[in-house]
Amino acid sequence: MTARILAVTSGKGGVGKTFVSANLAAALARRGERVLVLDADLGLANLDVVLNLFPKITLHDVFTGKAKLDDAILPAPGGFSVLLAGSGLVEYSRLTSEVREQLLKIIETVAPRYDRVLLDTGAGISDVVLFAVSLATEVLVVATPEPTSLTDAYATIKVLATQQQRHAISLVVNQVSRTGEGRVIRGQLQQVVDRFVTPMLGEGAGPVKLELLGEIPTDKAVREAVQKRQLLLETLPGSEAAKGIVSIATKLSPA
Amino acid sequence: MTPQTPPSETSQLKLGAALQLLSQSGHVLPELNDVGSAAWLQAVIDALCNLSSRDPLTGLANRRQFELALAREVDRVARAGEPALLLIADIDRFKSVNDNHGHAAGDLVIQSVAQSLMECVRPMDTVARLGGEEFAIILPNCPPAFGQTVAERIRGKVERKPVAIGLSETISITISLGGAFAPQWVRSSAPLWIERADQQLYRAKAEGRNRACLEMPPVSLVSAEEKGLLFGVSQFEDLE
Repeated sequence: MTARILAVTSGKGGVGKTFVSANLAAALARRGERVLVLDADLGLANLDVVLNLFPKITLHDVFTGKAKLDDAILPAPGGFSVLLAGSGLVEYSRLTSEVREQLLKIIETVAPRYDRVLLDTGAGISDVVLFAVSLATEVLVVATPEPTSLTDAYATIKVLATQQQRHAISLVVNQVSRTGEGRVIRGQLQQVVDRFVTPMLGEGAGPVKLELLGEIPTDKAVREAVQKRQLLLETLPGSEAAKGIVSIATKLSPA
Repeated sequence: MTPQTPPSETSQLKLGAALQLLSQSGHVLPELNDVGSAAWLQAVIDALCNLSSRDPLTGLANRRQFELALAREVDRVARAGEPALLLIADIDRFKSVNDNHGHAAGDLVIQSVAQSLMECVRPMDTVARLGGEEFAIILPNCPPAFGQTVAERIRGKVERKPVAIGLSETISITISLGGAFAPQWVRSSAPLWIERADQQLYRAKAEGRNRACLEMPPVSLVSAEEKGLLFGVSQFEDLE
């Protein structure tokens, strides 16, 4: 039995990707899963900021041989484990074959010990992000209804479909202002994907399908939790946004 | 102009060589009655800093200054996410200029190319001579869509400007350019950025010189047609 590996990515930065990763991990942990979040945002990692952790040992030390992998895996509030990149990973912001092998080895090592590994990737479509996503069996794109976010999410979906032959891509729409907006946005994206992306894949490739895992409403509670540097699921579990995250976890991990 | 020896408390300092360097390179220091004051000393130091950041032949930023500017730009891109372009330019077949026309002609060619580069860029851009016949230009806040245009403009400018190397003799010069964008939102490092631009320069040379090759950012472009379909229909239509 080995972990299901889910990459969490987005086109544009600042859409709440790390917020979603951390809280989704907590929600999955509550459902009894053993979850590890790997901070694969090697350029500008900020999972430590979101979780208010000040790790002494990071992925950087593992990469450079200064520490053992086990010492870099930390318990996070919310009942899951994290493997943090740490800041100052300047040299890894581009993907050398060495970094590629190191990441691959780390994921192979941790996968058997967990039920699920979430890869919190960087924003944009850099080679590091694409590589991190390529290590995952499933990919989740986080977007907001904002036009720039949607355009970038679409660009990401297009690259994942054409370069990594991904035919199933999950979608979470964050910061929706009304119930059902996520469903509409999925429909819009799917329409453009059907018209422009699927035909690029050639005959017999089959259609690219977007699955809406859920939507998270714009909620003051989120800002409150983020400012306190606490998990929304811990501080304000009754909030609408927290309910949205729990429902996403339920869909990912049916009882 | 002979170098002044500062009096009293700073007279212990041996500034003769420094002042001579400055005077030879055309730096004008403040009034002589200030000689030896803290302000005067500061002016000497500032002038020396300026001198040590410039390439003497062309007046462009030198390699040291370039590396500082590039490191600053890497930081800025990582924080602000604005696209930035690094171009590296190399004079084509420069060795044959030196071999056929002499090193003085080679120097004139380098100065002429430096001039052309300066004329093609904005005040915020850094133009540097890295050494020999190699130059670099850092263009902050340069959207990927404009990169090729800028590089092409520089290439064309050099090509259209013959260099006078004697009373009646001119030669035509071309350059090859390689360019790479700093990865947006991701902290790159200066050496990696240079390496990527260099790879494009090799490509430009290999494809026949007198051309500009840019690394395309790994961003999938979304066409106007795709955007039209994405936003054309009212997003809330089926909610009503």
